Amino acid sequence: MNATARAQTQQAFARALLDPTQPCPTGLRAWNGSDPSRRFAVYRNNVVTSLVDALAESFPVVRELVGSGFFAAMARVYATRHPPTDPVLARYGGDFPEFIEQFEPAQRVPYLTDVARLERLRVLAFHAADAPALSAAQIGRHLSAPQGLGASMPSLHPSVAVLASAYAVVSLWGAHQGAGGLSRVDAMHPECALVLRQDDEVLVIGIAPETAAFVRQLQGGATLAEAVSAAAAFGGGFDLSGSLALLIRHGAIVAWHAAWRPEP
Amino acid sequence: MRPTAAGIGLKAQHVREVLDTRVELAFFEVHAENYMVPGGPFPAHLARIRERYALSLHGVGLSIGAEGPLDRRHLDRLADLIGHFEPELFSEHLAWSSHAGVYYNDLLPIPYDQATLRRVCVHVDQVQQHLRRRILLENPSTYVEFDASTIDEAQFLGEVVRRTGCGLLLDVNNAYVSAVNHGRDAAAFIASLPLQAVGEIHLAGFAEDRDAAGDRLLIDAHGTPVDAAVWALYEHTLRLVGPTPTLIERDADVPPLAVLCAEAHRAARALAAAAAANPEAVS
Repeated sequence: MNATARAQTQQAFARALLDPTQPCPTGLRAWNGSDPSRRFAVYRNNVVTSLVDALAESFPVVRELVGSGFFAAMARVYATRHPPTDPVLARYGGDFPEFIEQFEPAQRVPYLTDVARLERLRVLAFHAADAPALSAAQIGRHLSAPQGLGASMPSLHPSVAVLASAYAVVSLWGAHQGAGGLSRVDAMHPECALVLRQDDEVLVIGIAPETAAFVRQLQGGATLAEAVSAAAAFGGGFDLSGSLALLIRHGAIVAWHAAWRPEP
Repeated sequence: MRPTAAGIGLKAQHVREVLDTRVELAFFEVHAENYMVPGGPFPAHLARIRERYALSLHGVGLSIGAEGPLDRRHLDRLADLIGHFEPELFSEHLAWSSHAGVYYNDLLPIPYDQATLRRVCVHVDQVQQHLRRRILLENPSTYVEFDASTIDEAQFLGEVVRRTGCGLLLDVNNAYVSAVNHGRDAAAFIASLPLQAVGEIHLAGFAEDRDAAGDRLLIDAHGTPVDAAVWALYEHTLRLVGPTPTLIERDADVPPLAVLCAEAHRAARALAAAAAANPEAVS
């Protein structure tokens, strides 16, 4: 067999793995002369099942919300249309929420996409880079020097993320952690989530929309004054000290850059 | 790593107990790809376990048997991990898992012919040069054979070892699974391998199915205890190769840590017996 024929063999094998309408690749055999397609089906099943399992591990609440049968069927369609491109499966499923958003049979659960987005942020937070939190004393020194405070830039832990949703994502997620029954959740109530990793654990914390805007600004490299004015633009009485206290309590502030001054 | 070392695959659900109780095991093995993340508990816990135990790093994503070139970025990540954790052993598979930029998350079979042999040897050479170390190559579990194959699997592995200087990870379960699946004799397969190159042994459980003719078709599922037939083949193998670091693999339906440790301790007893029968092998 020449190199081109072999390449076509792996090409045909690969294509048939993800497409059950493709016939079993040619050139395969079994010792007892039996139909190799039954044996090839083992590979097909291994590939798709392992990818469905990987998604189930990353999106456990999505799976609980729709049931394991529906989830497996949905994940199977996703896996065959969007197989991984990288052997590091922690990265797999990055656009699973957007797939769910477009997946017609999932439309009856309107909040499913945002719950998936929240679970995706949790996976990213779990594996995010490490960074030691600033101590309360270090932060205190910045806060007690009001000169230049507004132009200074607190920077946040790499695991920090926010999600603003039209649905009660925090409550829905929490209801699947043994914290309160799902029946008491009003799914149509908008909520914002702060996701971060503290002491090896990924936390999901409900925050006000103003705080969510504040955190987003800081993540984008805004100064404290810029972040405060963006949060205040929501008009809902932004609680700066409460928001800072929340971030400090969870070890989410890892650096605090002094105001940038141009060279004289 | 001592030749009589017995270990288990590290599972996330056991990490806390391992760190708290310091279980009696000679080493742990981890899948390299699970630790290719920026930070967080996985690498942090592995660093702490590394302080107390020997480590074997087992790659599942290099796709050494692929028709296309090796993924340079993945090789770089492996080199970084090896530099960071300094594992005693590094192993990969005689299989492919990626094609045209898609990763299939399974260990897929290759035809055993001269062109494939040359390509696999080029890839093993590249890996060993990039990682600056000898790797162990694992014999696969396979479910189909290729019309294109012209040599048998043991010959193929023997040639890869001879041409590249790599070692073998002899997966005794895979040897048994493939022998049953292809109507061959597992002991004869093992006997015809270059046994002096075996640097590690794997043991695991299989699932059982039937092929289209109703014959046994074993699946390398890693979801059950090591089968009695595989334990017997393992003890037979130790008589041929002498004591060799042995790992219990479990990736599905993971039981409590103590259950896996009990299987590792059974391997440790077989290793001690093999060492007693052949004292020179341990020195």
